[in-house]
Amino acid sequence: MYSNKVIDHGTPARPGPATVTVQIDGAAVTVPAGTSVLRAAVDAGVRIPKLCATDSLEAFGSCRLCLVEVEGRRGFPASCTTPCEPGMRVRTQSKRLADLRRGVMELYISDHPLDCLTCPANGNCELQDMAGVTGLREVRYGQDGANHLTGAKDTSNPYFSFDPTKCIVCSRCVRACDEVQGTFALTVQGRGFDSKIAAGPVDFMASECVSCGACVQACPTATLIEKSIAEQGQPDHAVVTTCAYCGVGCSFRAEMKGAEVVRMVPHKDGKANHGHSCVKGRFAWGYATHPDRIRTPMVRDRITDPWREVTWDEAIAHAAREIRRIQDRHGRDSVGGITSSRCTNEETYLVQKLVRAAFGNNNVDTCARVCHSPTGYGLKTTLGESAGTQDFDSVEHSDCIVVIGANPTDGHPVFASRMKQRLRQGAKLIVVDPRRIDLVRTPHVVADFHLQLRPGTNVAVLNALAHVVVTEGLAKEDYVRARCEAAEYEKWKTFIALPKNSPEALEAETGVPAAQIRGAARLYATAGNAAIYYGLGVTEHSQGSTTVMAIANLAMATGNIGRPGVGVNPLRGQNNVQGSCDMGSFPHELPGYRHVADAATRERFAARWGVTLQDEPGLRIPNMFDAAIDGSFKALYVQGEDIAQSDPDTQHVQKALESLECLIVQDIFLNETAKYAHVFLPGSSFLEKDGTFTNAERRISPVRKVMPPLAGLADWEVTMALANALGYPMHYRHPAEIMAEIAELTPTFAGVSYDKLDRLGSIQWPCNDAAPEGTPVMHEQQFVRGKGRFVVTDYVATPERTSRRFPLILTTGRILSQYNVGAQTRRTGNTAWHRADELEIHPHDAEQRGIRDGDMVSLQSRKGETTLRAVVTERMQPGVVYTTFHHPESGVNVVTTENSDWATNCPEYKVTAVQVVLQAHKSDWQLGFAQAAEQQIGLLPGRARRGEGG
Amino acid sequence: MDVRKLVKMANEIGAFFAADPDHGLARENIALHLQRFWEPRMRRRILLHLDQGGEGLSEPVREALVGHRGRIEPRGGG
Ligand code: SF4
Ligand code: SF4
Ligand code: SF4
Ligand code: FES
Repeated sequence: MYSNKVIDHGTPARPGPATVTVQIDGAAVTVPAGTSVLRAAVDAGVRIPKLCATDSLEAFGSCRLCLVEVEGRRGFPASCTTPCEPGMRVRTQSKRLADLRRGVMELYISDHPLDCLTCPANGNCELQDMAGVTGLREVRYGQDGANHLTGAKDTSNPYFSFDPTKCIVCSRCVRACDEVQGTFALTVQGRGFDSKIAAGPVDFMASECVSCGACVQACPTATLIEKSIAEQGQPDHAVVTTCAYCGVGCSFRAEMKGAEVVRMVPHKDGKANHGHSCVKGRFAWGYATHPDRIRTPMVRDRITDPWREVTWDEAIAHAAREIRRIQDRHGRDSVGGITSSRCTNEETYLVQKLVRAAFGNNNVDTCARVCHSPTGYGLKTTLGESAGTQDFDSVEHSDCIVVIGANPTDGHPVFASRMKQRLRQGAKLIVVDPRRIDLVRTPHVVADFHLQLRPGTNVAVLNALAHVVVTEGLAKEDYVRARCEAAEYEKWKTFIALPKNSPEALEAETGVPAAQIRGAARLYATAGNAAIYYGLGVTEHSQGSTTVMAIANLAMATGNIGRPGVGVNPLRGQNNVQGSCDMGSFPHELPGYRHVADAATRERFAARWGVTLQDEPGLRIPNMFDAAIDGSFKALYVQGEDIAQSDPDTQHVQKALESLECLIVQDIFLNETAKYAHVFLPGSSFLEKDGTFTNAERRISPVRKVMPPLAGLADWEVTMALANALGYPMHYRHPAEIMAEIAELTPTFAGVSYDKLDRLGSIQWPCNDAAPEGTPVMHEQQFVRGKGRFVVTDYVATPERTSRRFPLILTTGRILSQYNVGAQTRRTGNTAWHRADELEIHPHDAEQRGIRDGDMVSLQSRKGETTLRAVVTERMQPGVVYTTFHHPESGVNVVTTENSDWATNCPEYKVTAVQVVLQAHKSDWQLGFAQAAEQQIGLLPGRARRGEGG
Repeated sequence: MDVRKLVKMANEIGAFFAADPDHGLARENIALHLQRFWEPRMRRRILLHLDQGGEGLSEPVREALVGHRGRIEPRGGG
């Protein structure tokens, strides 16, 4: 259950301005209309006993423990299901009530094992607490009668167990799974005394359960409990921090025992997640103390040499010497750095500052290059700001939800649960995706339209949707006239109305029936509040930026920007993608998305940093690779990224990395990139440092240090040391001072400070004098750029073409239990769900090739080949195959191409022409990879020694 | 820098902006994009390629490079 140190209000808050005043035990209390008596009592400081109610769930009224007396009413109503009415006088304690409650407890306890002292929930159990507050002193029925004390424990889930002997059948778990998570994995089977909780016919692992943990924190007993609590005991203190996995940015309580994490529980007051979580943030944090963590800096001269462990001072001095040597020899612009979306804002800011101020160039980029750089370009061009327009809560006001190229139930699970709540309330759903993602059909949710397009035709589909809006007179002309540039709109309108953009004309190209496009366009334009959510299926294309602009065009034309319930919302992949972009990680932009050629901004930074800054854009990641192969780029400092695994066309990347004279990798593990490194600087996990992350809704949330850095230094301290060794002084004593500098130099962050973050919990930028507490919804009065700008978005087919040799299209993505390159999640119990990357293929394509479910197959493209296990599934459309990239040895990026978005060079992960054939053995690349991996591990100090013995 | 790649990238930029019915503006936007997003050595390389005949460059890109050379040429030559 949730920590009993946190107040449980019993039933959910009721929003709204109307209030009622009631008397609880003689004290007046005023609450929002619709509030339960139970909750009002908590507000008045009175804790009425309860068991089946908790404030994350609607009241159910089954345990009869929360009975009260109400003046003028007969009987004893349950306070959890009784709403407050004006003037109501409630009594929560009386002899009669005490007897009734004791009777209820007596029944429960008569069928409950009496092993409190050795129970893992001891000290944090509501049943135990209720026995205490009701004054239960004896159980008259004895435990010899019919009972449930012999049920077998289900330990199939890696993180929590289910002990039916302790279950009181309050159904909190079932309701949590239904109402909060929306998975409907649990049921109450049987009736009366025979009723019991079941997760499908077998056990939790074999059920629909996605291990979000909602049932575990809802359970008032030890029935559902974290295995970590069973092993380590109850925590003694808690620190509120932010999940380091995805762009939802859930707030968590890290429940601790000294410097040891006992469990992570979603924070009820977290504004991004409101007390919910997914399997990654909730359970998959064990990687932080995994034995593979590297704790000592290392250096070597050549990448074939064994690593030498050195002190921090030696490693930093060596790195600085190398950078200066290379710059002296090959010029100032021959070095660069890469910031990480997994590091904090403060750390990212420091790395770009190091590059610009200490390296003296603009060769800094970030992994957002390979995911959301088109979002930055597209939204800045059309709306004026490189960020999503809404907060997550906005979805509660949506009447129509469009999901394009995103798979929220896997990629952004906590937000997906919110979205599903709204869909179950009746909002309409349009899914645009080549795959039948889970959202298309989940319990009580069915998409109104699934536009199952051919990969690479997003722009064509969006143009066709806009064509219908414009030619059927569905555009909101008043809105456009008032808020957008008139001439650009007219130009766009003329273009989009061209017959070539009609759904009928594009049907053959997109594979989507014209009638479906027309239906979806009408629904989107007329539903009321319509919101678009999109993911990497939009950006990771050769027309990624064009697609983002086409989305913005569609939203502007229908008046769907600038209020709750609408908007254009990128679902960000990694936790701090938004933040790393905000912090000036792009080679052409200073913090706050201001171009390096903008003299006034550049001068402000130059003056504050005490250096001259370059006014020309630097190299982007793919340009760095090309320049490395070309010989004009020689040294790279990579913080917290694994470019060797995550970037496309692996063999090209490997060649580039091999060409470097000095590669400095800072990471918590010896990742794939580190295998090409000359200097390894051990990184720190999110548990080991202070800072902030910014999620997909622009929400800046605190990250708090709960344990000392394993290797002695937090990542920001390492960057600082490197700057100092390069002769550029950096002397921050705490990340709060870095944030103060960011706020001073960045208008959208002007009002942000650690004090304010402590006070408010989190802040959505822009936060400044105009919006001192932040901005949930952007562009409310006008667009950030003034007038919204329509952009002509002509559909250009990707250069990647299928052929007789490569007749299928490969598209890539991610799954719930694994995260990005998997370096973290592969080192946790999450591997129980996903041990290897697999290739999904349609039954028709499989049959043609003689492939059966589970066969090993070779996936081949013009670039390379790799061997994977096939999964035959109708999720795929014929002609399209799909896989993930969570495991380095599967080498999916050996197959992907160098094609990229025209505007930002974001790689086209989503379209590769391939062939699939039956093949039992691994590809040459995989064999080479395995051999190289073994060699590199052998070069590690401790392991090398161990290797000698055997 | 691999010039074939640069030509391909430039042509893709060209294809996007050339959709604008205003031809002059399209050329200017191509040049502006190169200036704002391409690192100087990339710009220098594509101009050198233009001077060597500009094989493979699409018409809009070629016209943008010729017509707005001053804008695309890196400042200071360094
Ligand atoms: S498992 Fe826990 S939450 Fe579920 S019915 Fe049993 S006691 Fe209640
Ligand atoms: S862990 Fe989540 S998905 Fe699984 S049964 Fe519990 S609430 Fe449902
Ligand atoms: S991975 Fe994302 S959805 Fe899951 S807990 Fe972390 S922030 Fe929340
Ligand atoms: S808490 Fe009200 S009936 Fe159970």
